[in-house]
Amino acid sequence: MQFTQSQGLLQAETQPNLFLPPGYDIFWSAVVLVVIGVFFYKFLLPRINGVLDERAAKIEGGLALAEQAQEDAEAARAERQEALAEARREAAHIREDANAQAAQIVAEAREQAKAEATRLVETANRQIEAERRAAVVSLRGEIGGLATELASRIVGEALADDARQSRVIDRFLDELDASTGAEDLAGSTRSANQEA
Amino acid sequence: MCPRERILSAAALLPLVAAADDSAEFVAPGIEEFFPDMIFGQPDGWFAFDRLMLVRLVVVVVLLLLLWLGARRITLVPGRGQAVIELLVDFVRVQIAETIMGKEKAKPFLPMLTTIFVTILAMNLASVIPGLNIGGTARIGLPLLMALWVFLTYLAAGARTQGLGKYLRNELFPPGIPWPMYLIITPIEIAQVFVIRPATLALRLTVAMVAGHLMLVLAFAATHFLIFEASAAMAAFAPVTLLGGFFITVLEIFISALQAFIFTILSAVYLNFAVEEAH
Repeated sequence: MQFTQSQGLLQAETQPNLFLPPGYDIFWSAVVLVVIGVFFYKFLLPRINGVLDERAAKIEGGLALAEQAQEDAEAARAERQEALAEARREAAHIREDANAQAAQIVAEAREQAKAEATRLVETANRQIEAERRAAVVSLRGEIGGLATELASRIVGEALADDARQSRVIDRFLDELDASTGAEDLAGSTRSANQEA
Repeated sequence: MCPRERILSAAALLPLVAAADDSAEFVAPGIEEFFPDMIFGQPDGWFAFDRLMLVRLVVVVVLLLLLWLGARRITLVPGRGQAVIELLVDFVRVQIAETIMGKEKAKPFLPMLTTIFVTILAMNLASVIPGLNIGGTARIGLPLLMALWVFLTYLAAGARTQGLGKYLRNELFPPGIPWPMYLIITPIEIAQVFVIRPATLALRLTVAMVAGHLMLVLAFAATHFLIFEASAAMAAFAPVTLLGGFFITVLEIFISALQAFIFTILSAVYLNFAVEEAH
């Protein structure tokens, strides 16, 4: 009963219907929708989306930049370490080289000194030998002369006794000493005398 | 149709009123709330203009003014107004369109979905703004137009991405079903695609706003009646209805946002049916 009364109420007077739009409702709705739509499509959304995209791009760019910077720093660090290691290796190498070179120089110098010393000794020896030979030659000549003189004296004087003979010899030797002044020559003269 | 009957019908909604004495009659708000007197034009004409149409235009002007003020000097680092607008636009994009359709497929429909969402939200909120006091969506015209826009868009999108024939075949003859089932399913799907989807979009929104407005008017009208027109004893009940009015106002704000969200997310779902590959 109540229901039919409400129904009757709804259809009273102007009989409006909620779900069947009158023409003017559609018209003004269209006006509203078109105005808002144009505003959104032409003005608001392009601007907002533009700035949103720009911001997103900027943030992404910033992130990429930071990442790039970090990568660069990492690379630089690695490079620096590599360079350091390289320098260390090179220094060690140079040190080793220097050591080897020094050892070689020392060895060479030693070798050279030794060779020089040997050469000097040899030269000296040769000189000594030569001088000795020269002395022997000159001695031989002198001793020959002396022996001849001694013999002539011995023959020229009458050798009466041993005492005289020995005196003669002594005198000869003294003369010999006086003429040469060298003891070793006296020795050799003595031996030569004995031979004679 | 006499006043006595009106009281009876109101009494069903508001038992308190039944106890009102004979000195005043409480007239419960009814359907005529949504058909106010014409401001100009013939009631049957195309350009007739009543208070509800005025509310719509006021909402449009205020909405566009606010958005223009917020977006006029747009900067990379947003000011407060721009941040709110961005929040709104981003909400539709991320929470509605991209959630339902995915980033790439949602892109062409973002302007439409955003426009619809913001329009419905603004029109709905007019129902709790003093001075306007009625939602621009409480008359079927605007929701119906938006539903038609969505309807035509999903047909066009389906035709463009799959070809109209393939799209309709997928929709009306869902694959993977034994063929006798099509006898039942196909008529349902036809009604679904061509009538039910757009009609429910429009009706759900309109009915929600009509109901919300009726509850609000009822609460405030009852409060007014109890304080000023009913007997002094009845005034004691006024705080109850006033409190009810507060509650319904808050609820109406929530419903305003919820209905905008539902309309937009369902539009995205229907569009997704159209643009996704065979399902």
